[in-house]
Amino acid sequence: MSATMDTAAHLSSAARTDGPPAILMDKVNKWYGALHVLRDINLSVAQGERVVVCGPSGSGKSTMIRCINRLEQHQEGRIVVDNIELTDDLRSLDAIRREVGMVFQSFNLFPHLTILENCTLAPIWVRRMPKKEAEALAMEYLTRVKIPEQANKYPGQLSGGQQQRVAIARALCMKPKIMLFDEPTSALDPEMIKEVLDTMVMLADTGMTMICVTHEMGFARQVADRVVFMDRGEIVESGVPEQLFNDPKTERLKTFLSQILRGH
Amino acid sequence: MSDTAAEATVPRPAQESAIGPRRPPLLAVGPVAWARANLFSSWLSTAVTLALIYLIVRWAMGFVDWAFVNAIWSVPVVNGQAQTQACRALNGAGACWAVVTEKHRFMLFGTYPYEEHWRPALCVLLFIGLYIVSAMRRFWRKELAYIWIGTLTLIGVLMWGGVFGLSYVPQERWGGLVITLILATFGIALAFPLSILVALGRRSRLPAIKALCVLYVELIRGVPLISLLFMASVMFPLFLPEGINIDKLLRAQVAIILFAAAYLAEVVRGGLQALPRGQYEAADALGLSYWQKTGFIILPQALRLVIPPLVNTFIGMFKDTSLVLIIGIFDLLTAGKTAIIEPAWQGFGIEIYVTIGLIYFIFCFAMSRYSQGLEAELNRHRVR
Ligand SMILES: Nc1ncnc2c1ncn2[C@@H]1O[C@H](COP(=O)(O)OP(=O)(O)OP(=O)(O)O)[C@@H](O)[C@H]1O
Ligand SMILES: [Mg+2]
Repeated sequence: MSATMDTAAHLSSAARTDGPPAILMDKVNKWYGALHVLRDINLSVAQGERVVVCGPSGSGKSTMIRCINRLEQHQEGRIVVDNIELTDDLRSLDAIRREVGMVFQSFNLFPHLTILENCTLAPIWVRRMPKKEAEALAMEYLTRVKIPEQANKYPGQLSGGQQQRVAIARALCMKPKIMLFDEPTSALDPEMIKEVLDTMVMLADTGMTMICVTHEMGFARQVADRVVFMDRGEIVESGVPEQLFNDPKTERLKTFLSQILRGH
Repeated sequence: MSDTAAEATVPRPAQESAIGPRRPPLLAVGPVAWARANLFSSWLSTAVTLALIYLIVRWAMGFVDWAFVNAIWSVPVVNGQAQTQACRALNGAGACWAVVTEKHRFMLFGTYPYEEHWRPALCVLLFIGLYIVSAMRRFWRKELAYIWIGTLTLIGVLMWGGVFGLSYVPQERWGGLVITLILATFGIALAFPLSILVALGRRSRLPAIKALCVLYVELIRGVPLISLLFMASVMFPLFLPEGINIDKLLRAQVAIILFAAAYLAEVVRGGLQALPRGQYEAADALGLSYWQKTGFIILPQALRLVIPPLVNTFIGMFKDTSLVLIIGIFDLLTAGKTAIIEPAWQGFGIEIYVTIGLIYFIFCFAMSRYSQGLEAELNRHRVR
């Protein structure tokens, strides 16, 4: 009956419900000053599960996924990632950031480093991988995102879509168990959105645990095991894409969907 | 026939194929066009241009007459007394470069023992060599640090002596260009890293570190360098226990480093602030530690952004070392002033100051040109 039961029933074959969850958020609350941006967030993401988060601007989507790799700190509740509880302890922080990759809306490539250096920096210095090995790995991922020939260019010489694919490759080079995407296609021209979404679909097919903030409904329908709708800091509804999009239960989601459809 | 077929299958922009790229109108390019547009665009601007050309030519001719045509390059010396009557007879119509010929050793090396002048001379060459090596990006490796340490040690040994059969020369007798180079080199080499730490500290999340850095910058910036130098030379020794005496040059050096670092720190902070927050977040998300993030991502970008104001401060600092004259340290400028105290040479200050100015100019201009090249090279990644 409840939304959670629906979700469990529709989990894709890739998602494993038996093991411990990859991400567990338990009654998470966060404030910016007096502004209550996350309210009692409960979210459990199984290993291999693909979750799409949507919601109006300012609803706290970015804040929520940024709490998962502690770019933001929550003030109440528990967040457990890959069996490590997020605390002020620096060692847990290092461990989590090594396991969680993140892709930003504005790419955030390092403009003074070449594409290859962007991809090898963290594996070499955080994973202590030998340089040769890191470069081979980077070339492998750059090939996967279909831009190996740009390896020696600088980010400024690439198109937006290419830069975002590099950003994905850069995150993958750390061999993360979980990938977070914060509106990865919102800063892109329409003709480049597809190439990035294709890359993400390909990644989803490898069984990666993913949380993706996006308003690309086509993408959500294609890959999401579950869609989470947020508004004003709360998770209002969640469920499999078809159910959520075709049969919204709350007024807020109905309004949001009608706005999204009008916008596109 | 085939032409039309090709045109039908390969649509091309009609204009390009029909007319081809056009050159800009002839009048708009070339020096003549530039001069016409900028210097002779109206009667008024033509008049101003002609008047200025006249003034510049007059001044240049006067300068050539003074500096070269009427100049005296050397004077006879009788019984150790320079005979400057010929120079005085010129009455300002020509330069008396003889004063520079006669006193250049004093300007360059101050009161350093005359027969040992090769030592400071070698030091000056070592400094210049060090600058050249450091300027080449090829040498920007760990080894460069060893080169610096080695060269500076060698310079210390040469200047002080007392070992390897070199006679001991106390610091009070050092002077001239070497002093300027010592103050400037150590000043920049130590103030720059210090300023980076202070700038980082000012953005620290730890309140104590942040407060300390703010206090340091505000205190030092609020005080003129001259008063810092006075404090270093007069007040500081009062606080030292009896019997301990820190070298005057060292005290001045510390004052210069502290002063310059405060200014440089603000320049560096400007660069840090100019970086988008996304760069910090991306580095954090990849799991880089604070120092990895700072060293690989933040500083390389922030410093590139502030090369012009950095070099501006370096150049200012190089010239500010001349302020040590007020606490009686014999840098290049002080040595020059002292050289013309001798009665025979009194009144020939212009020649000395022009020469000293030229030496400062060479170093500062080299810094400026180098920084422009470096800026262009390091920011290549921003050009598409
Ligand atoms: N650093 C901050 N300081 C203060 N308030 C913030 C900060 N970051 C975000 N907020 C506020 O928190 C709320 C949630 O922001 P968040 O960026 O998570 O929203 P979002 O759902 O990602 O929106 P968008 O779709 O526009 O990206 C907003 O009201 C925002 O103004
Ligand atoms: Mg957002």
